[in-house]
Amino acid sequence: MKKLITLGLILLAAPVSLFASGAGLHLDKADIDLSNTASLQRGFKYFTNYCYGCHSIGLTRYSRIGEDLGIPKEVLKSEVVFARDEKGEPVKVGSYMKTAMSKSYGDEAFGKAPPDLSVTARARGADWIYTYLRSFYLDPSRPLGVNNTAFDNVGMPHVLWELQGWQILKKGDEHGEAHGGADELVLVSPGTVPPVQYDQIVRDITNFLTYLAEPVREKRLQTGVFVMLFLFIFFVAAYFLKKEYWKDVH
Amino acid sequence: MNKVLAWVDQRLPIIKPLEEHLTKYYAPKNFNFWYYFGSLAMLVLVIQIVSGIFLTMHYKPDAATAFASVEYIMREVPGGWFIRYMHSTGASAFFIVIYLHMFRGLIYGSYKTPRELIWIFGMFIYLALMAEAFMGYLLPWGQMSYWGAQVIVNLFGAIPGIGPDLAVWVRGDFVVSDATLNRFFALHVIAVPLALIGLILLHIMALHQVGSNNPDGVEIKKLKDENGNPVDGIPFHPYYTVKDVMGVAVFLIFFFAILFFAPEGGGYFIEHANFVPANPLQTPEHIAPVWYFTPFYTVLRAVPDPFLGVLAMGAAVVILFFLPWIDRNPIKSWRYRSKLHTFSILYFVAAFIWLGYLGIEPVTEFNSEMGLRLTEVYFAFFVVMWFSSKKRSAATSLIVFAVVMGLIVAWDLMRVGSLNPSMVWPALAVPGVYLVVTLLFPIFTNWDAEKEVPQRVTG
Repeated sequence: MKKLITLGLILLAAPVSLFASGAGLHLDKADIDLSNTASLQRGFKYFTNYCYGCHSIGLTRYSRIGEDLGIPKEVLKSEVVFARDEKGEPVKVGSYMKTAMSKSYGDEAFGKAPPDLSVTARARGADWIYTYLRSFYLDPSRPLGVNNTAFDNVGMPHVLWELQGWQILKKGDEHGEAHGGADELVLVSPGTVPPVQYDQIVRDITNFLTYLAEPVREKRLQTGVFVMLFLFIFFVAAYFLKKEYWKDVH
Repeated sequence: MNKVLAWVDQRLPIIKPLEEHLTKYYAPKNFNFWYYFGSLAMLVLVIQIVSGIFLTMHYKPDAATAFASVEYIMREVPGGWFIRYMHSTGASAFFIVIYLHMFRGLIYGSYKTPRELIWIFGMFIYLALMAEAFMGYLLPWGQMSYWGAQVIVNLFGAIPGIGPDLAVWVRGDFVVSDATLNRFFALHVIAVPLALIGLILLHIMALHQVGSNNPDGVEIKKLKDENGNPVDGIPFHPYYTVKDVMGVAVFLIFFFAILFFAPEGGGYFIEHANFVPANPLQTPEHIAPVWYFTPFYTVLRAVPDPFLGVLAMGAAVVILFFLPWIDRNPIKSWRYRSKLHTFSILYFVAAFIWLGYLGIEPVTEFNSEMGLRLTEVYFAFFVVMWFSSKKRSAATSLIVFAVVMGLIVAWDLMRVGSLNPSMVWPALAVPGVYLVVTLLFPIFTNWDAEKEVPQRVTG
């Protein structure tokens, strides 16, 4: 009995700490699906079109993404691999995906060079990326004219403005109690796609960045299932072996 | 085959040590659940050494390339992700196993005579393990690696006089830098593992010299059969080897479930902020050490003065070394000690876990108040353990209670001025309940009654 109580105490203590973390910013659910290859491919497309001009994903090669996402090398070469290295030579399909923007140029243009996004999804979480890309709003006090509710005084421009359009931030107190006093982002000038489609585009980008943060994830989960199956069989064998040896111990 | 063995055995001791430590090493037959963790600790050590060897083949101990080299292992080294997760999960698993192993020693009195040296070597292993984990955590060179190391090394700076110079000497620089990374790598892969293996050898040699304790705390060597073997003993091999194989299977199910399905361990085994490369110019909002250090980190934060805080944290670890001399009750197992002893141990364990939880959380007024209260419980446990080792008169119990409570309340009166009194005084119940039950209940109840220890093991 004592044993059970003790074990119970130890087990109880674990989940307590899991619920306690996370406060402050409200994050929207990204609701991504890493097994959705079409979404990952679209995310890769949006990434190379809108993000890759400034952000590296320099820990991964073009070819690795092509293999994982089912994009043939020829397509990669004709659609994606355009960058040149420091010497001005065109990069190869096996090169790391470094942005064409130099660090010194990035520092000068944005105050701080845009970071490498290879593992950002593991640092920030998918929900944060999804929320962040949907939370830009017009703010004339900022050098680039925009600010972000998920990242105060952000140095990045609203790269997806053509798609989303422009939002403004309505402070909660302007609405009074009826709106719960919370701040609200309002779309004042629509973009080329309706909000539902914009959310899907952001979701695709988030999906791609989440894949990118741990490309081996799907393989890890699959391997895990087989390892578990093996271990359960191994346990049963070990259990009966022990029982057989111990039957003469009284 | 036998001829070869005989040939070698004439020239090298093989058969005798094998018999001494396995086939003719008699262990009590009543080992229970808690006795798996010794062999599991050995398993995790092997996992860490083997996965560590493969990691060093690809890892680069250089501030400019360390972070990327870890991701290179994760992405491009064949099976590299598996090796890396083995090592990162293994680090946390090591501490889980060791904490349960120490808990076993605590409840069954395995540190008591004649096993004091086993406990002391074990404590040195625990210290070496903390050093090993601390230095290993710097190597991925993420933000938490960097700032965690910065905070801990700065603790040395709190020592009066030599402190600042000592901190520079440890870092090899004025801040944590490439020089620090290089030396921590050297210590992590060579120096500390060597010390660990030596200490583990001593731990096991000392254990096999006196024999294992058991859940009843009965010395099985007192009662021997006609062959001179303990009546309640069974040879370690094959009985406990096959039993431990079963334990290994269960352990690996949990271990690989985390490794394959949740390798970040909810952000506790691999912290999220550690996926941001180390940046000496940007302090993260919230620096939390890895979970296995957090109980002691809370003790550190509970004391306002930095140097006294470091002393308190050090004392919280060092006091464990003296457990064999603090607890002088000859009864080993909690099965035959009083209800109050059981209560005391469980209260202590709950306090330790809660201290650990507080070390992860940001500092708030409430959290730091609880941190202090639980620190009081942590140290009171050893006072109570020492005092309750013997039957005491009502008067001395009252006096000791008054002295300990008086010290706590005196400290409260000194500090309450700047704090919220409606929080400080109710929180006094945390050490208060513990002290009232453990020190005053023996006066009014018979919960301090002990049971008779049987001659032979039960079950």
